[in-house]
Amino acid sequence: MSDIFSILADHGLLLLIGQYPNGPVGGLVLTFVLSVLGIALAFPLAVAIALARMSPFAWLRWPATTLVYLVRGVPLLMFIFWVYFFLPVLTGQAVSGFTTMLITLVIYQAAYLAEVVRAGIEGLSSGQTEAARAVGLSYGQTMRKVILPQALYNMVPAMLSQFVSTIKETSLGYVIGVNELTFAASQVSSTLLTKPFQVYAILAATYFVLCFALTQLARELERRIARRRAGVTPSRRPVRSATPVLTDTPSRP
Amino acid sequence: MKLDLDFSVLTRGDYPQWIGHGVVTTLELTALAWLLAAVLGTVLALMRMTDSRLCKAAVAAYVEYHQNVPMLVQIFLWYFGIPSLLPESVQAWANAVGGEFMFAVIAVGLCMAAYLSEDLRGGLRAIPRSQYEASRALGLSYLKAARLVILPQAARIALPTMVNHTVLIFKNTSLAMAIGVAELTYVTREIESQSFRTIEVYLLSTMVYLAISLLIMAGGAALEHRYRIRTR
Repeated sequence: MSDIFSILADHGLLLLIGQYPNGPVGGLVLTFVLSVLGIALAFPLAVAIALARMSPFAWLRWPATTLVYLVRGVPLLMFIFWVYFFLPVLTGQAVSGFTTMLITLVIYQAAYLAEVVRAGIEGLSSGQTEAARAVGLSYGQTMRKVILPQALYNMVPAMLSQFVSTIKETSLGYVIGVNELTFAASQVSSTLLTKPFQVYAILAATYFVLCFALTQLARELERRIARRRAGVTPSRRPVRSATPVLTDTPSRP
Repeated sequence: MKLDLDFSVLTRGDYPQWIGHGVVTTLELTALAWLLAAVLGTVLALMRMTDSRLCKAAVAAYVEYHQNVPMLVQIFLWYFGIPSLLPESVQAWANAVGGEFMFAVIAVGLCMAAYLSEDLRGGLRAIPRSQYEASRALGLSYLKAARLVILPQAARIALPTMVNHTVLIFKNTSLAMAIGVAELTYVTREIESQSFRTIEVYLLSTMVYLAISLLIMAGGAALEHRYRIRTR
């Protein structure tokens, strides 16, 4: 136990912010920045992919469906290497590990998030669309003003679990040398040489505190939303709840 | 960008054997980790269905830990951390017999056991208690009720997510490359760094991964279809 405290005293700052301010930001802060940016940039893309997946036009449906299956069938690590090797070729200049990781996460998360959004839209009763169209709204207006606000509200807990997945996935930045939390911890471990268990236990505990808190928040929100939906619409035919959706796109380690 | 693909490079020298070895190792990792996860996951799910508070809390803690820590970190903790706590003779033995493969199986298997146990629990919880009571009222024993009435229905409900998680086990075996297990991703990197035929080798292994994943998904869909409840 005393080992753990002395490691935290000596290297805690490195794990928290990397070499900053004498070098680039790293550690837990970088992990957090990567995850937030990743999910934020993935979100609009995910809505677009979800709508394309449900489009009546095959030329929209096919590329979106292909991307979703590609992401579901190929390890994230493979995607990282694809971006790592081919982004510099495409852009003609060196690309930092941070950018590589961010772009990979955005593509990967967008595909998974698209399935969440799609399930959210499909979970609404079709009467919503029909009524909206019947009062004369266009497809765009129906989506923007009627369907998406409801679907996305119901999807908030599932999106939070996606955020937790993203945080966990940033740890793969280690493989291409992005100085996030896992990479920082491996550096500490190789400096200390004799205390790998303590260092990796600190690492696991840090991720656990962060992710567990967010998971609990997601569960609480899910309960509240379920209660609210049950309260607001007591006499209506029960709407499919958000939970089966969660099981449709399972949480990922 | 001019594409100038030459897949024949991959047939030269030892590359075909390497790739074959990588694919086999990936499949071995998947099979063993799945087995560990399925057995332990079932035990955990059953433990969580008992009335013992202690059992429930222990399983809940197990599940939360494994679902809220990145799998790569779990692998590192097993591969770098755990042996340092063991006596040196055990460490030497683990190194001699190729500890990285073993620890990768343990880490992936234990982690995914948490996910599979949650799938099973979800399936079991979805069966109303009246199903059990009705089968007992009809004269079935506890075991018969479980085997003939409860489990078949629970398994149907849990199947889709279990298939998804099986694909995840398969995909996540790629993380074993980080501790030096010569599975498909590791081998791909090795061949790339020797041959510099980046596109060819990455395209090949991506296709292999995708094909096997789709195969698992298709197998799951076939199972679902075969065991679906026929209603008119």
